[in-house]
Amino acid sequence: MANLKELSKKEEKFTGGHRLCSGCGAGIIARQVLLACDKPVVIANATGCLEVASTIFPYTSWNVPWFHSAFENAAATVSGIETAYRALKKKGRVTEDINFIAFGGDGGTYDIGLQSLSGAMERGHNILYVCYNNEAYMNTGIQRSSATPKGASTTTAPYGKQSTGKVQSRKDLTAIIAAHNVPYVAQTALGFHNDLISKVQSALACGGASFINVLQPCRLGWAYPPEETVRIGKLAVDTCVWPIYEVKNGEYKLNYKPKEKKPVTEWLKLQGRFKHLFRPGSESVLQQIQEDVDKNWDKLLAMCKS
Amino acid sequence: MKVAKTGNEAMAEAMRQINPDVVAAYPITPATEIVMIFSQFVADGLVDTEYLAAESEHSAMSACIGSSEAGARVMTSTSSQGLALMYEMLYVASGLRLPIIVAEVNRALSSPINIHGDHSDTMGARDSGWIQIFSENSQEAYDNLIQAVCIAEKARLPVMVSTDGFIISHCMEVIDMISDGEVKKFVGEYKPERYLLDIKRPYSCGALDLQDYYFEHKRQEAEAMINSKNIILGVAAEFEKSFGRKYGFFEEYRLSDADVAIVCLGSTAGTTKFVVDKMRQHGIKVGLLKPRIYRPFPYAEIAKVLSKVKSIAVLDRSDTFSSYAGPLFTEITSCLYTAGVNVKAVNYIYGLGGRDIGIENIEYVFKELLKISEGKYAANIVNYLGVRE
Repeated sequence: MANLKELSKKEEKFTGGHRLCSGCGAGIIARQVLLACDKPVVIANATGCLEVASTIFPYTSWNVPWFHSAFENAAATVSGIETAYRALKKKGRVTEDINFIAFGGDGGTYDIGLQSLSGAMERGHNILYVCYNNEAYMNTGIQRSSATPKGASTTTAPYGKQSTGKVQSRKDLTAIIAAHNVPYVAQTALGFHNDLISKVQSALACGGASFINVLQPCRLGWAYPPEETVRIGKLAVDTCVWPIYEVKNGEYKLNYKPKEKKPVTEWLKLQGRFKHLFRPGSESVLQQIQEDVDKNWDKLLAMCKS
Repeated sequence: MKVAKTGNEAMAEAMRQINPDVVAAYPITPATEIVMIFSQFVADGLVDTEYLAAESEHSAMSACIGSSEAGARVMTSTSSQGLALMYEMLYVASGLRLPIIVAEVNRALSSPINIHGDHSDTMGARDSGWIQIFSENSQEAYDNLIQAVCIAEKARLPVMVSTDGFIISHCMEVIDMISDGEVKKFVGEYKPERYLLDIKRPYSCGALDLQDYYFEHKRQEAEAMINSKNIILGVAAEFEKSFGRKYGFFEEYRLSDADVAIVCLGSTAGTTKFVVDKMRQHGIKVGLLKPRIYRPFPYAEIAKVLSKVKSIAVLDRSDTFSSYAGPLFTEITSCLYTAGVNVKAVNYIYGLGGRDIGIENIEYVFKELLKISEGKYAANIVNYLGVRE
């Protein structure tokens, strides 16, 4: 268990001065993930907010080796780096133990990069893939992704006279990766730093391919004041919209159970992207969202019990 | 050592002898055998290579890029749709100045789907910043692949060495193989200036490059391609010194006193040489220019050697669909024009989708050229050879 005081004494591997938005969760996640690493680490980054805002040439926020090549291929890229590591270690040209982490947003992970991620997971490289999941393509201006929840208004599935925002539910990527039978898969949310840090450490210790899906509130795309990021992240968990759990060698474990499961509207009403759902006529959508949350929560509880 | 090898076997053997740190690949006809044979080398412990069986060519090239930046010597192999799927990453590889080697087996592009040899795939990548080397036969494919390693690492540019699908890739020929030890010595150890796994010297690579720096970086890349010309000649000279086989930007075949000449790439040059010899027996002065290095394109050198002929026919095994001409023709005529060489030039687009080009086709082209050089014939500039119309 990491405490904030101790973490604050560690050397910063992801530093300030980047151009992420005020209140952006991606920077917080990157920083906490790196603080969780005790061994040297090499990072591969998919194209996206984190990449464009942290490495505007000739500046960089990264005090560790960092690499970006394209949008849909962070998993393939990190698997190439890790393969080179095994080759060079065998020949004695690299001697240190190194961890390999890829960062991608939900666009680069759920959608355009899904094949690359699936390939890397199936091959079982000794890598950790962290999805900073802000539930839409934020870098290009808030377009819907397959991680966007039902009812959210985005610029390609906007709320309108005949639309209540995104029609479809988001896909369950964490379950898809768990179905690859890799040793470690987890879900967490911004606001649970202890949980994130221990998950990163579990992932890096698992000896194979691992994946962590971190829900990351985005003040711009979710439309809320920047100081609310952590609160909204926590509330996603307390409403059971985004349960935090892990799948270790196939065993499901719930890492946090809210004392009192809050209604989903508590989370929705803080965000501009759901504002239209609180106007008359959208009651059925709100009801569907609550039903989906309840159903998924019960399903997860059952999996964690069995 | 003389051995009978197909083009694919020759390339796989070269890869075994190069013994790269990483091969990341995805199979595709007609290049599949290269990675199949190489995988067996890995399985039998004949190489030290870590083999990454990617789930697509896009990921194969992405993994090659990651491995190369990490500090490894990296190779892959592909064809056609596979090269097309890599397209985005080809530009990343050259932009990051990574010395990745592709053993590329030329094949037609869809649609319609066709698995046979033409140059559409490689020509699609001609502006991607890769050094491109064409091979006439298995021997050249083998020799070119070995030289490619040295060229790539000295130029800090990726290199693709191509053969013609099926015509070379699946055709058995006797080649002269170099010993394992000599290849090892020739290619040496890869020592990158910096690499990601050098964790004591961390750096960020692949940063966002805006209006204030992007242009300078691309200008440096252009300069690297210009500088690679001397590197290519230097490596060829070293190769000739070590193994006796001579290579350059191109091969001139009975060109110095020729009245008319064909310019063509790859396996068609072999057929053309046969026809040149045959026509020369009848006292007809015909010749051949076979470009080996397509990127960087040796503009000035080609203009010089073509300046003495009366007319040329450029044979293109791919089309640009520009309503004008094939890619090789526009390169050749451009270099003649800028060098002030006024040679009558015509273009023949041929062999798409593996359509055979025979002796009679080449003879026909030479006869047309002779008519043109005698001023008797007003030829079309762009012609399609061997197609039903």
